[in-house]
Amino acid sequence: MKNKSLVSINDFTREEHVRILELAGAFENRPKQKILEDFVVATLFFEPSTRTRLSFESAATRLGARVIGFTDASSSSVQKGESLRDTILTVSNYCDIIVMRHPKEGSARFASEVAKVPIINAGDGANQHPTQTLLDLYSIMKTQGTLDNLNVAFVGDLKYGRTVHSLVMALCNYNTTFHLVSPLELKLPSSVKLSIKERNLEYHQYTDLQEVIPKVDILYMTRIQKERFSDPLDYEKVKNAYVLRNNMLGDSRSNLKILHPLPRVNEITTDVDDNPKAYYFTQALNGVYVRQAILCAILGVVD
Amino acid sequence: MEKEDIRKELKVSAIENGTVIDHIPSQSVFLVMKILNLTKYPDQLLFGNNLDSRKMGKKGIIKVSNKFFQSDEINKIALVAPTATLIIIKNFQVVEKKKVRIPDFADNIVKCFNPNCITNNEDIPTKFTVINKKDLKLHCHYCEKITARENITFLE
Ligand SMILES: [Zn+2]
Repeated sequence: MKNKSLVSINDFTREEHVRILELAGAFENRPKQKILEDFVVATLFFEPSTRTRLSFESAATRLGARVIGFTDASSSSVQKGESLRDTILTVSNYCDIIVMRHPKEGSARFASEVAKVPIINAGDGANQHPTQTLLDLYSIMKTQGTLDNLNVAFVGDLKYGRTVHSLVMALCNYNTTFHLVSPLELKLPSSVKLSIKERNLEYHQYTDLQEVIPKVDILYMTRIQKERFSDPLDYEKVKNAYVLRNNMLGDSRSNLKILHPLPRVNEITTDVDDNPKAYYFTQALNGVYVRQAILCAILGVVD
Repeated sequence: MEKEDIRKELKVSAIENGTVIDHIPSQSVFLVMKILNLTKYPDQLLFGNNLDSRKMGKKGIIKVSNKFFQSDEINKIALVAPTATLIIIKNFQVVEKKKVRIPDFADNIVKCFNPNCITNNEDIPTKFTVINKKDLKLHCHYCEKITARENITFLE
């Protein structure tokens, strides 16, 4: 993985994903190791995402790296009309690796083609966010002890959620049975379903959340955004149908864990937070270990 | 080639050496010239459009003197003119005749359908993999979205 950019989840092989998860486990046991003291990490956030940026910066600084960068485009030369190519070429001179988030799809791929240093994509528009996918895989692995043969439910906006699309694609490597719960307007796109079909994996589609809960090992919740509906009345009809409440978890499996990419709005009520099956805050913490693993693997300080 | 076609073609005179691109859909003749960069071609260039064709109803034809295209170059036109045939002329004789083939890749000829794609927002050449030749589906190398036949537009 040394010097390889991570733009799309498929840039790394299944074996490389597994290696990242192993390394993340090692960082979870020893999060503070000064093994990146000689490195400079640039975090270029062309659009703000405090959560993701802090997670990367925490990962880098816990390993002793120095972090430079900007937190949104308005505080950088981008606002003066500098091209992405020029920004990337310039910043490449100052650092060993670039973590970037950009509102346009394909920006990270383009950056990886012009940069002299590797690029980690921290989100390019609605396209890819591979470190989120890896931290999701890590969370599933840690809570279930395996990635193989699990029943995973995805709930909410399956049409526009890039997190859902890349996690579905990644899980296609592990003989997953998919349970897809969404309003009809927000079903998983056929291009993503095609990846499931190509692997001859099982998937089931539902509009009702309750009936799925007893069947699954992982319940991956997402937010349904009002803007996604052309008719606001359609949103009003479904907005409460995909809310998880603690009293719905009675029949759930003992190993069930609830995941959510955060931030949550109201799709998981706060009474779920105290249920030991709620895992979303730990999931966010796992992001730091996974990003430590990715930084070290790409910078070549671990094999 | 149909006999009738040959007679009709004579409306556009023969060339000594070069390439004839025949059976171009009428609406695509100018686009084909643009894709092949012929609008500024310095040598003899003949073309006809809306000619009668038994196979196609109406068709266009382009004759380019002293030009022999590389196959990647010519296959680009298959995206707009899948019916086109290519005739290589040497010494007024047809030496080779073939159909265009839809290429595996399309670089910098088609616009990405996704308005939020980086190629539509910065000065970056587009790059596609042709993932379906029958229904013509192009996968953008950058934003990873699919541009289908009905959404294809060509770069200026
Ligand atoms: Zn694109």
